[in-house]
Amino acid sequence: MIPEIGHYALVLALSVALVQASVPLIGAARENAPLMEMARTAALAQFGFVALGFGCLTHAYIVGDFSVRNVAENSNSAIPFLYKVSGVWGNHEGSMVLWVLILALFGAAVAAFGRNLPPALRARVLAVQAMTGVAFLAFIVFTSNPFERLDPPPLDGRDLNPLLQDPGLAFHPPFLYLGYVGLSTTFSFAVAALIEGRVDPAWARWVRPWTLGAWAALTLGIALGSWWAYYELGWGGWWFWDPVENASFMPWLVATALLHSAIVSEKRDALKSWTILLAILAFALSLIGTFLVRSGVLTSVHAFAVDPARGLFILIILIVAIGGSLALYAWRAPTLRPGGVFAPVSREGAMVLNNLLLATAAATVFLGTLYPLFLDAVSGAKVSVGPPFFNATFVPLMVPLAIAVAAGPLLAWKRGDLIAATSRLWVALAASLVALAAIVFVYGIGAVLSAFGIALAVWVSGGALVELTERIRLFRVPLGDSWLRLTGLPRSAWGMAIAHFGLGVFIAGAVASSSWQTEKVQIVQSGDTVDVAGYSFLFKGAVEERGPNYVARRGTFEVTKNGRPVATLHPAKRFFPVQRTTTTEAAIHTLWIADLYAVIGDPQESQQMTGAPFPTDPNAGWAARLYYNPLIPWIWLGAVIMALGGVVSLTDRRHRVGAPVPARPTAAASPAE
Amino acid sequence: MRRLLYLLPLAAFAAIAIWFAVGLTRDPSKLPSALLDRPVPDFTLPALAGSGVAGLSADDLRGKVTLVNVFASWCVPCRVEHPLLMRMARESGVTLYGMSYKDKAEDSARFLRELGNPYAAIGHDENGRVGIEWGVYGVPETFVVDRTGRIRHKHVGPISPKDLQETILPLIAELGR
Amino acid sequence: MTRLLAILMCVLLASPVQAVLPHEVLPDPAQEARARALSREIRCQVCLNQSIDDSNAPLAADLRRIVRERIVAGDSDQAVSDFLVRRYGENVLMRPPVRPDTWALWFGPLAILVTAGIGLLMFLRRRRAPSVSTPLAAEEERRLAELLERKRS
Repeated sequence: MIPEIGHYALVLALSVALVQASVPLIGAARENAPLMEMARTAALAQFGFVALGFGCLTHAYIVGDFSVRNVAENSNSAIPFLYKVSGVWGNHEGSMVLWVLILALFGAAVAAFGRNLPPALRARVLAVQAMTGVAFLAFIVFTSNPFERLDPPPLDGRDLNPLLQDPGLAFHPPFLYLGYVGLSTTFSFAVAALIEGRVDPAWARWVRPWTLGAWAALTLGIALGSWWAYYELGWGGWWFWDPVENASFMPWLVATALLHSAIVSEKRDALKSWTILLAILAFALSLIGTFLVRSGVLTSVHAFAVDPARGLFILIILIVAIGGSLALYAWRAPTLRPGGVFAPVSREGAMVLNNLLLATAAATVFLGTLYPLFLDAVSGAKVSVGPPFFNATFVPLMVPLAIAVAAGPLLAWKRGDLIAATSRLWVALAASLVALAAIVFVYGIGAVLSAFGIALAVWVSGGALVELTERIRLFRVPLGDSWLRLTGLPRSAWGMAIAHFGLGVFIAGAVASSSWQTEKVQIVQSGDTVDVAGYSFLFKGAVEERGPNYVARRGTFEVTKNGRPVATLHPAKRFFPVQRTTTTEAAIHTLWIADLYAVIGDPQESQQMTGAPFPTDPNAGWAARLYYNPLIPWIWLGAVIMALGGVVSLTDRRHRVGAPVPARPTAAASPAE
Repeated sequence: MRRLLYLLPLAAFAAIAIWFAVGLTRDPSKLPSALLDRPVPDFTLPALAGSGVAGLSADDLRGKVTLVNVFASWCVPCRVEHPLLMRMARESGVTLYGMSYKDKAEDSARFLRELGNPYAAIGHDENGRVGIEWGVYGVPETFVVDRTGRIRHKHVGPISPKDLQETILPLIAELGR
Repeated sequence: MTRLLAILMCVLLASPVQAVLPHEVLPDPAQEARARALSREIRCQVCLNQSIDDSNAPLAADLRRIVRERIVAGDSDQAVSDFLVRRYGENVLMRPPVRPDTWALWFGPLAILVTAGIGLLMFLRRRRAPSVSTPLAAEEERRLAELLERKRS
C-alpha cells in the first residue's frame, strides 16, 4: 500500500510541476498577481509530494519490504539500520528520487524565503525550476520507477553492495546533491533574468546566497567523497581524476568562478552576461555529470548500473535544458546593457583573471574526461586519459590562480595599485620564502617543486590573514580600534578570509601528502616490528571476527613513538557471504598533521591468485602495507574550512535585508567590501 | 560579430550533444584487440591433464579457420556460455580450441567433465603468461583466427546467441571462402 | 553482466593505497623505483580506472611482475611500455601519446587559455577606448550656439 502511495505521490508531483512550469510564466508576462502567486503554492506542494514519495521509499527500506524490486535488489534484513536508510540512495532509482527531492527542496526554499524578490522574478525562477522538475520526475515515472513490485516477493534481499555499507556513504550523496542540484537555483535565476531581459545588481545580490549554499554543499560533498575513497576504496590516494569525480569537480570549478563573477555584477554592475553564462554552465555541467554517471558512455568504478535507454532520455533532457537556455542566452544576452568599466589592474580585473583560469581549468578537465569518447566517435582510436594528463595541465593553471588569490582582495575596485597591494603582502611573501628555504634545506634541492607548493600554500593562507589585518588597520590605529573593526566586520568579509585561508590549508595537504609519504611493504609475523617515519608498528597477529553480515580477519598493530604508545590499528579483511565478496578495511589513525595507515592482506591468498615466480615462504604471516601520510588530513580540513567560509558568508545579514550597496572606487587601495 | 560570439556556447554544446549521442551507441569497456589482423603470438601450451585432448601451440592455428576460447573454472559467465560452445562445436564445423587461464589443472578438468568438452585441443595456461601475450584481460574471451593464423576478431565476455548469429558465424563463413 | 561483475570485483578487491605485495618488490631499489613509476603509468585493464600499481586485480599483479621482469632483463622504460602496448593497445597507457589526433587534447588547454586571454584583452581595450565623436555640422553648431546663448541669458 505504502509503495503505491509513494508512486502516486511522485505522479502528483509531476502534475504539480507541470502547472508550476507554465502558469506563473503566463502570470509574469501578463503581470497577473494570482497566477504568479500560484508558483509559490505549487513549489511548496511539489516539495510535499516528492517528500512523501521519498518517505514511502525510505519506509519500504526500513521495514524491509522485499516485494518492492528496488528494496530487494539493494537491501537485506541483516544490514545495520543506517545502511537500510542510506541504501535508499545507493542505487540509480532511489538516488534519482533524492535528486528531485533536493530540486523540489530548493524550489520550496525560494518560495518560502524569497519574500524580498520581486513577484515576477520569483514566479519565473520557480517556473524554470519546475521545468527541470518536470523533466526528471518524468524520467523517474516513465523509466526509473523505484516502486516497481516483484511478484512473488523474495524472502530476503540481495544485500547492499558491501563497499557502500559505510558511514561515509550515508553523507556523501546527500551533500553532493545539495551542491550539484542546488546549482539548479542559480540556473533558474539566470534563465528568469534572460526571460525578463534584465540583469542588475539587485539580481546579483539575490542570486548570491543560493550560489553560496550550493557551492558550500558541493565542496563538502566532494571532500566527503574523496575522504571516503581514501579510507574505503583503492583509488590510489584521494583523487584519481576518475570521470565521475571529474563530473562533480567541473561544476565546482564553474560555481567558484560564478561566485566571484557575481560579486563583480553586484558591486560594479559589470560582467553581467558572463555571470549569466556561468550560472547556466554550472548547472549544465551538473546535468552532464548526471548523464555521464547513468548512461554508460564512460566507464567508472563509480557509475550506477548503466542503461543506454535511460541515457537517451537524459540526453534529451540535456538538449532541451542546456540547448534551450543557451539559445535563450544567444538571443537575449546581447540586449543586456553593458556595465561599468574597469582597469585591467583592479579588483574586477583580479576576478576576471580568477574566472579565466577557473574556466580554462574546467574546460581542461572536460577535455580530458571526454576526449576518449570524442576520439573514438571520430576515428575509432582508443586512447585513455589518466592522471598524468591532468597533473600536467590542471596544476599549472592553478598556480597563477593561487598567487592571485592573495593579491586580488587587496586591490581597489575600478583601478587598483598593484605595487601598493603586493607591498602590503610582504609578511606573507616573507613567510612563504622562509618555508621554501626550510624545505629545500631539509629535503635537498630535489624537493624544490614540493617546496614551491608549500610556499604557495603559505602565501595563500598568509595573504588571507594579511587582508584581514588590512581591514582592521592593525598596528596603524590603536589596538582598541582594530578590535572594534574586527568585531564589526561583515560576515562576508569573514567568509572570504576563512575560505581563502582554507584553500591554503588544502594546498599544503595536497603537496605534502603526495611528496613525502613514507611506505613500508613487507611480510609480518606476530611479534615483528616495522619502523615507519619514526613510528614503530608492532604486529600482534590476526583473529577471526563476526559482523552483522560479514566474517572478518582482523589484525592488530600497536604503534609507539620513542616508546610512548600512540595508537592501536586494526586493519581487516571482511568477507560478505551474501554477495560472496571480500573488502579490505584500512586502519587509519590521524595525528592531524599526518595519518598512520595500515592495510593487511593474506600473502597466501594473493600468491595463489598470481602464481608468483618469486620465492615466498609457505609459512609466511601477513602481507602488511604501512604508511605515514604527512599533512593528508589537511586536504579535507582545508575543504571543510572553505565550505565554512561559504556558510559564514551566507549568513551575512545583508542577504536578508534590502538592496545592494554599490562599491565606490576609492583613491587609496583599501579593500572595500 | 558580437552576436556570433554569443552563439558560440550553443554551437559548442550542439557538437558535444552529437558526440554524446554517438557515444551512447558504443560500449567503452569493450576494448578492441591490439592484435587485430596480426599473427597469433608464438606459443606452446601443455595439455590439460584429465581432459583427454592434446595441448595447443601456434602451429595448430594455421591452415584452417579456428576459434580460440579462453575460459576458467572460477569464471561464472563461462558456465553460461559453455552450452553454446558445445552446440557450436557440434554444428558449425569450426574447430574450437580452448585455453584454460590461471586455473588449476584439476579444477579446469572438473569443469569440463561437468559441462562437456567442446575443444579439439586445450592449452593449459596456469600462470596466465600466454594469455598476456594474447592481450587477455578477463574471462571468457573468444578469438576468431583465420587460415593464415591471423587474429581477425576478439569477443569479450560470454558469447550470446545474438553475437553468434550476427557477428561470429558470418565472419567465419567469410573467412572460410 | 560480466562487466558488472568485473567492476564489482575491482572495487571490492581494491585497497586504499598501492597494491604492490612484498614478494614483488625488486631487490635493487633503483629498478624498483623505475618499476613503480612505470606501473603508475599503466592502466589496469580490468579495473579501468586504476593503474596497475594501485589495483589488486590478478591481471594487475601479473603485469606488475612482467614490468619488473623486463626491467631486470635490461629493457628501457620505452621498451617496456611498447611491450604492453603491442599486446593491449594504446589505452593501456594513462598518458595518451602526443600525436596529430591527440594534439587537440594536449595543446587544447593552452590554446583555450591563450584564446580566451586575448579575447578578454581585446574586450577590455575596446570598452575603455573613448568613442570618437564626429564633429558637428554647421547647422548643428549654430543651434548649439543659440541654445547656449539662451541659457546664459
